[in-house]
Amino acid sequence: MSRPVQYNTKLKMVEAPEAMMGDGFMATSFEKVVGLARKNSIWPLPFATSCCGIEFMATMASHYDLSRFGSERVGFSPRQCDLLMVMGTISKKMGPVLRQVYLQMAEPRWVLSVGACACSGGIFDTYSVLQGIDQIIPVDVYVPGCPPRPEAILDGFLKIQELVGQESLRRRNGDKYKELLASYGIQ
Amino acid sequence: MPLNNDTIQQILTQKFGEVLSDWQEPYGMLTFTAPKEMNLKVLQFLYDEPSLNFRFLTDLQAVHYPDKKGQELAVVYHLHNLVDNVRIRFKVFTDITKPDVFSATALYQSANFMERETYDFFGVNFTGHPNLIRILNVDEMDYFPMRKEFPLEDQTRVDKDDEMFGR
Repeated sequence: MSRPVQYNTKLKMVEAPEAMMGDGFMATSFEKVVGLARKNSIWPLPFATSCCGIEFMATMASHYDLSRFGSERVGFSPRQCDLLMVMGTISKKMGPVLRQVYLQMAEPRWVLSVGACACSGGIFDTYSVLQGIDQIIPVDVYVPGCPPRPEAILDGFLKIQELVGQESLRRRNGDKYKELLASYGIQ
Repeated sequence: MPLNNDTIQQILTQKFGEVLSDWQEPYGMLTFTAPKEMNLKVLQFLYDEPSLNFRFLTDLQAVHYPDKKGQELAVVYHLHNLVDNVRIRFKVFTDITKPDVFSATALYQSANFMERETYDFFGVNFTGHPNLIRILNVDEMDYFPMRKEFPLEDQTRVDKDDEMFGR
């Protein structure tokens, strides 16, 4: 019996970047190709400290399935990962640890701050809790919610993909980026 | 004869006389106060005296009473007699401008971390402690967060409008 191949017709492919095309050639900008490759193979590094981490587990599991967006591989070494996903309350004492993890990641790196606590300290407006991780590391996308539903985390992830896909190849060498890092005391 | 609160009070009054004060029994737990210079003498007696035998320091912490002038900080010791299963509570009060209390680390090893925690949150200076540094809070913290004059909220935050948050 033949395989029911009609089920495979719904495969979704990414669209090719804008290009000059003719017989046997295609010319486009390097930036677009690199962006396309990067955004569809982001390796996330989960930094989960509390209930948002539970939502992230659901996001990774079969029902919501983050790997549909090219993030099959969750790395647990910061040196190999592109995206730091901070999920949960970060206490002041843990601040230097998170910063160290960020510093260990290779450029280009992105940061997704998931949940009210990571974004702003949330309900923990107290002397022991960091009032938002953007006090110690630069953040690209904030996902609000306490905790956010997996859909919200996926939405934040898609926003990161958008940023990654559109990022200029020279951004990380630019003065503006260096200024941003310097404002955090990095490098 | 089982060890009860009356016997403990009797033995302690025999030894120390009227120095120990403020005898109470909230929820059946014997509680009393001593002058802060006496804290080690009382603890040593509670430890050594064979009929009392309080050999386990369950807990040690401080309380801040901003209205008690000259006696703002209370250091509270919770002791447990494991043989007779009796617990008592013992307090000393100190002036917040000179919060020096003798350290109980020589007598109870468990006092080490608990005194560091008490120092961390209330700034009680335990004289004779081998390593009196912060234990739970960040090292850079420059105040004692559990003292009542400091607000609970993080003061570094600028985006919270008092009107919106009802403070």
